[in-house]
Amino acid sequence: MSLGYVYSEFEVVRDIQKCINCHICEKECANEVHSFSSKHKIMLADDTKCVNCHRCVEKCPVRALKIVKTNHAFRENGNWNENLIKQIFKQSQEGGVLLSSMGNPNKEPIYWDKILLNASQVTNPPIDPLREPMETKVFLGKKTDKIERDENNNIINNLSAGIELNTPIMFSAMSYGSVSYNTHMCLAKSAKELGICYNTGEGGLHKDLYEYGKNTIVQVASGRFGVHKDYLNAGVAIEIKMGQGAKPGIGGHLPGNKIVEDVSKTRMIPKGADAISPAPHHDIYSIEDLRQLIYSLKEATDYKKPILVKVAAVHNISAIASGIARSGADIIVIDGYRGGTGAAPTMIRDNVGIPIELALASVDQRLRDEGIRHKVSLVVGGSIRSSADVVKAIALGADAVYIGTAALLALGCHLCRSCQTGKCNWGIATQQPDLVKRLDTEIGTQRLINLINAWTHEIKEMMGGMGINSIEALKGNRLMLRGIGLNDRELSILGIKHAGE
Amino acid sequence: MKIDALELNFHQLNNKIKECQDEKIKIVNCCGHRYLASGSSSKIIEIEGVPGNALGCYLDGSEIFVNNNVQDATGDTMNDGGIYIYGMAGDATGYAMRGGEILIHGDIGYRAGIHMKEYQDKKPVIVVGGTAGSFLGEYQAGGIIVVLGLNCENKIPVGNFCGVGMHGGKIFLRSDVRPKNLSDKVVCKIADEGDLNDIKDIINKFCNIFNESYEQVMSKSFYVITPNSNSPYKQLYTMN
Repeated sequence: MSLGYVYSEFEVVRDIQKCINCHICEKECANEVHSFSSKHKIMLADDTKCVNCHRCVEKCPVRALKIVKTNHAFRENGNWNENLIKQIFKQSQEGGVLLSSMGNPNKEPIYWDKILLNASQVTNPPIDPLREPMETKVFLGKKTDKIERDENNNIINNLSAGIELNTPIMFSAMSYGSVSYNTHMCLAKSAKELGICYNTGEGGLHKDLYEYGKNTIVQVASGRFGVHKDYLNAGVAIEIKMGQGAKPGIGGHLPGNKIVEDVSKTRMIPKGADAISPAPHHDIYSIEDLRQLIYSLKEATDYKKPILVKVAAVHNISAIASGIARSGADIIVIDGYRGGTGAAPTMIRDNVGIPIELALASVDQRLRDEGIRHKVSLVVGGSIRSSADVVKAIALGADAVYIGTAALLALGCHLCRSCQTGKCNWGIATQQPDLVKRLDTEIGTQRLINLINAWTHEIKEMMGGMGINSIEALKGNRLMLRGIGLNDRELSILGIKHAGE
Repeated sequence: MKIDALELNFHQLNNKIKECQDEKIKIVNCCGHRYLASGSSSKIIEIEGVPGNALGCYLDGSEIFVNNNVQDATGDTMNDGGIYIYGMAGDATGYAMRGGEILIHGDIGYRAGIHMKEYQDKKPVIVVGGTAGSFLGEYQAGGIIVVLGLNCENKIPVGNFCGVGMHGGKIFLRSDVRPKNLSDKVVCKIADEGDLNDIKDIINKFCNIFNESYEQVMSKSFYVITPNSNSPYKQLYTMN
């Protein structure tokens, strides 16, 4: 019985007339798709191993390759789609929990795409960012209740520690271990150049990257990997990871084979040992407990580091955020259900959590209603795909955004969604030295700088069009937004009017 | 230096500890002050009273002696040093500790030594003189936890679900009775001479500090619990 066979999803199409048998595709593919037939003197391909990452296509010197989606099909069925059928085949063969990577790929509503931005016409002038000053700098952290002045009437700086960003975009948490050393190096170097922050994720901080501390947010998660006093003091802020949009309520598990020498050193666990992050922080079962962790971190760092608390967007997110705002956190990070991941159970990734647009709008409104919005900054991620998404997020109430997938795409990720195999042909989600070195850190750094600079300019153009010359004036400015094709309930949660109103 | 904690809040008390240049510090009238000696690295701190939660969190080499009980999350993510408690300890003691030692003369609450881990020459140790609550050593990834059960000679000195999710390190239980409802992900056997060599030094230290008889402690047999290497986690997954 050959029930285990599932026809490959992609087909490698090779133009034999162009192919020069140079074997580059064979060398480039860590999935071992390509091989040479000495009998027929041609390159062959095993389609079943192809993940459609385009590495061979881009490296082929004679452009002889392309990857196509197979037209081999199941009988059409509106209920049982191809993915569901294949999942059942795989699970009935192997008996395991389905494991996927990167964000939810399903066709769910994307509210960013149903929100339109305003522009000035006649009644107030648009601003040209190339010729006029335009402020994209933001400060994250607690704002004070009142301005205090000294005897000479000068303002006393009574602000608690915060983060200064040249543009309201940061690189979200991706741990060393889930991504490569070169990926972290690119993120760190470009963050420094751009005057923004990257985030270590929960895998500790490589000693080479301590010099980028002013642009680093260090993360403390349930596994506490690599967390020690120097680490806590190394960055500009500390993020407590309570949850992640791609897998709310789920811990992490980096298998021992990814804990190579260097990863072992940054995580401070033995080489080859499994790195398990429990689903909960076992010392946090309440807002009061969270407050305890926040203040233990503040005490350990002399109140010099603002504390971010990252949670996944879930059903009661506004009540949760209200609690976090009262727990002493300086910044709340909310990660939407389309956020990326190096590995998550498919069912969790695709079915748990809520869209970030709705979560953000309801949290911002709740904090305003309770009069505590100024006590925290809001950072959102999962998923921000363009500068327009950034502008819409800020107008909905965010102070800044986190980007993960977009940054990886800039580094060469082709969204083949195979991170969990550890064989990333682009040198990003892998620890294999031969693959890691494929990511050139200088080129990668420059590409990230290009991306963020381009987005920043686009943000300025969109703001300028609305007649706004500073991010602060855009923040929570929902009058700049209109919905398209949204029902009354959706509009009321988003707190925006429909187009035409 | 002696610090009277009576009129101080935790932040003021911590600042006094940080500012103090003396190696030896004595704190009196301690009453629920949290985060004491967090990240502290080269002091010997004696505490009279009951410190609050997260005593010695991120501790990095200092030694802390408490003449009374302590509350929850003592030694959270501790890296080095020692915490010696003459009374009892609350829940989540030694959470994610990576190095150093915590010795408790009395009982300990739930979830002690959760996600303890070891690294290079760092091998954290928790010794409990009395009994431990449920979920002892949950997710343990390294280091050693010893429960002596000195006050309960005929019972199992540990609650339910000991070592659930354990994937490294060792748990020693001084007991004639095998702990119940252990997961199939761990192996439990009577400790042999080789196993006991791992804990002789620390038990000696425990007995010296808390004035117990080493011979009497070692006269009873120990169970040792370790992860079951035949039952790895990765087989749970199907690549999708």
